[in-house]
Amino acid sequence: MNSAEPLPLVVIEPTRRAAALRLGELWAYRELLYFLVWRDVKVRYKQTALGAAWAILQPLMTAAVFTIFFGRLAGIASDGLPYPLFSYSGLLVWTFFAQGLSQSSNSVVGSAQLITKVYFPRLVIPIAAVLSGLVDLAVALPVLAFMMWYYGIWPGVALLVVPFLALLALVAATGVGLWLSALNVEYRDVRYVVPFLVQLWLFVTPVIYPASTLAPLLQRLGLPAWLWGINPMAGVVEGFRWAMLDAPTSPGSLIAASTVTGFALLFSGAYYFRRVERSFADVV
Amino acid sequence: MTELAIRAQGLSKLYRIGERQPYKSLRESIMRTLAAPFRAGERRPPETIWALDDVSFEVMRGEVVGVIGRNGAGKSTLLRILSRITEPTRGRVEVYGRVGSLLEVGTGFHHELTGRENIYLNGAILGMKRAEIERKFDEIVAFAEVEKFLDTPVKHYSTGMYLRLAFSVAAHLEPEILLVDEVLAVGDAAFQKKCLGKMGDVARGGRTVLFVSHNLAAVQALCQRAVLLRSGQLHLYGGVDEVVSTYHAEISSAEGSLAARQDRQGDQRLRVSQLYVFPLRGNPGDAVRTGDDTIFELYYENRSGQAVRNLEVTIGIYDFLGRAMTFLENAPAGVRIDTDAERGSFRCVVPKLPLIPGQYVVNIQLKEYLAVIDWVQQALAFTVHDGDFFGTGKQTFTRVGGVFVPQSWAHRARAKGQPEP
Repeated sequence: MNSAEPLPLVVIEPTRRAAALRLGELWAYRELLYFLVWRDVKVRYKQTALGAAWAILQPLMTAAVFTIFFGRLAGIASDGLPYPLFSYSGLLVWTFFAQGLSQSSNSVVGSAQLITKVYFPRLVIPIAAVLSGLVDLAVALPVLAFMMWYYGIWPGVALLVVPFLALLALVAATGVGLWLSALNVEYRDVRYVVPFLVQLWLFVTPVIYPASTLAPLLQRLGLPAWLWGINPMAGVVEGFRWAMLDAPTSPGSLIAASTVTGFALLFSGAYYFRRVERSFADVV
Repeated sequence: MTELAIRAQGLSKLYRIGERQPYKSLRESIMRTLAAPFRAGERRPPETIWALDDVSFEVMRGEVVGVIGRNGAGKSTLLRILSRITEPTRGRVEVYGRVGSLLEVGTGFHHELTGRENIYLNGAILGMKRAEIERKFDEIVAFAEVEKFLDTPVKHYSTGMYLRLAFSVAAHLEPEILLVDEVLAVGDAAFQKKCLGKMGDVARGGRTVLFVSHNLAAVQALCQRAVLLRSGQLHLYGGVDEVVSTYHAEISSAEGSLAARQDRQGDQRLRVSQLYVFPLRGNPGDAVRTGDDTIFELYYENRSGQAVRNLEVTIGIYDFLGRAMTFLENAPAGVRIDTDAERGSFRCVVPKLPLIPGQYVVNIQLKEYLAVIDWVQQALAFTVHDGDFFGTGKQTFTRVGGVFVPQSWAHRARAKGQPEP
């Protein structure tokens, strides 16, 4: 062996204060992140009979049900857009968020085998779980394009904002996922909370109804309309319709508020995760 | 010039034990927080155990060091800290170079994925770069002998193929420091031999290796130095032969009676409390000689009050180097045991003990179908002295092989001119 080559020194000792995020280390493990995403996607499509079709069927069927009950029977407003298009577009981003959140919240406990046998930055586990949902989103997008063509609706210049909104959805899902996945290690109650949380969250997000329905309510309470953006998905869903379908809304302030909470969730989640991850291998 | 590879200083790890649930429920935490002001001072510290207690040592670059000790002595905890899976409670380690840990073969293998896909996935998990995996891909496949099944999901692999592939990926990891834990304990003899051979290559390749094993023969063959851990403390660090013989003396000594042993596995419905090996025409404590009719007597206690049906008792006899010599088992011998007694004993008589003179170690396992009830490794060590196996009045001096076999000999000399039979 060439003894002249300097070897990297790693010091192992108990962490004393709140841990740093160590993003450089995360970057060094980007290939592992890639392989974990690749595994999740591959296994999901291999195990199911319909494979990738699920990514389309899930939001499509839900949109059909919503159209019948909320669009037709309840006659809920849809910003002047055809209700099927209105609900499918909302469900598309919502499904990405909800899947990412549920998958990642179980990811750390589900990877107990790995965590107790190999070292790597634990952050890659919940992040990979959220990222693998991007493939489903990409699969379901052409259906939206087809529906837009069918209804003759075209996006405007705001289309350029779509990538940012997708990023915001990713950030929000990762943020919540980090919190829940870390909490799940210590409190196994989390797995029962998640489905419930997702259900409630859907109702406070403008998926079924437009944001304009809630604005008068907030006004009556003397609150500004952007306050709803505290729910990061409010800005994402409302913004997505505006950017993609040229909906006659102006969700700028809503998106701004959602951006703030989305990133706040991400950073707080990452710090919390880092703080508790050192005990994962002992507890999981 | 020797360079430092690992320097551990005052390494300690505290574990909580005795809590039924290692994780808490949210309700419990909330209730505890709410109730806290009302019972200040009542707080009872949880039961804890120092799995590692102030362990310091240094390993030079290129050294191959064995880590031995009883179950629960802290071997695995040490490797888990060195591989950064868990943090030490106190102390510090300096590690020079990239660390690869092989605490299990096949970590992260996915049954639905093909052999090819698993090589990439497992390689990435073990810390290999994609380019590195691509470069070694053919070598990995050749070593594992799975060329024909590369595109078959591993769920269709035989156990042997699966293990070969898993070991092969891990064996091609090329870190400066390799940590290996008991990976050779799986698979058949041929597989183990292959693994041991590969480990030997790695060891001779100038890599720094820390090798945990119960297989003392393997430790002696691969390592120059060894660490002996005892109840979390470093008892001895030195030349491999010295450490192995100290360890053997430790497991032979009567100190720490069987009943007091805590390093057991199983649900503990029954507990083995005492174990004796002595000649049929003698008393417990008498020396055993080869060729004697020998009693293996095992006492148990049942504090759980639960009955056990169809108990399977296994008395495993291992030689000095940890090689299995024979297993004494009631079930294949056609003896059914049911018990709901509070105490009792089993006695197994081996006519004409065939073991060659030497030192032996006994592992005890009680099972009920698939459920382990009590499992104690190295429950007893005993010595077999020279004896008169063949009943001829002659001493046997054989020290090779493992057992004597009853045999009869005949010789017929052919007289001159007598025709072929």
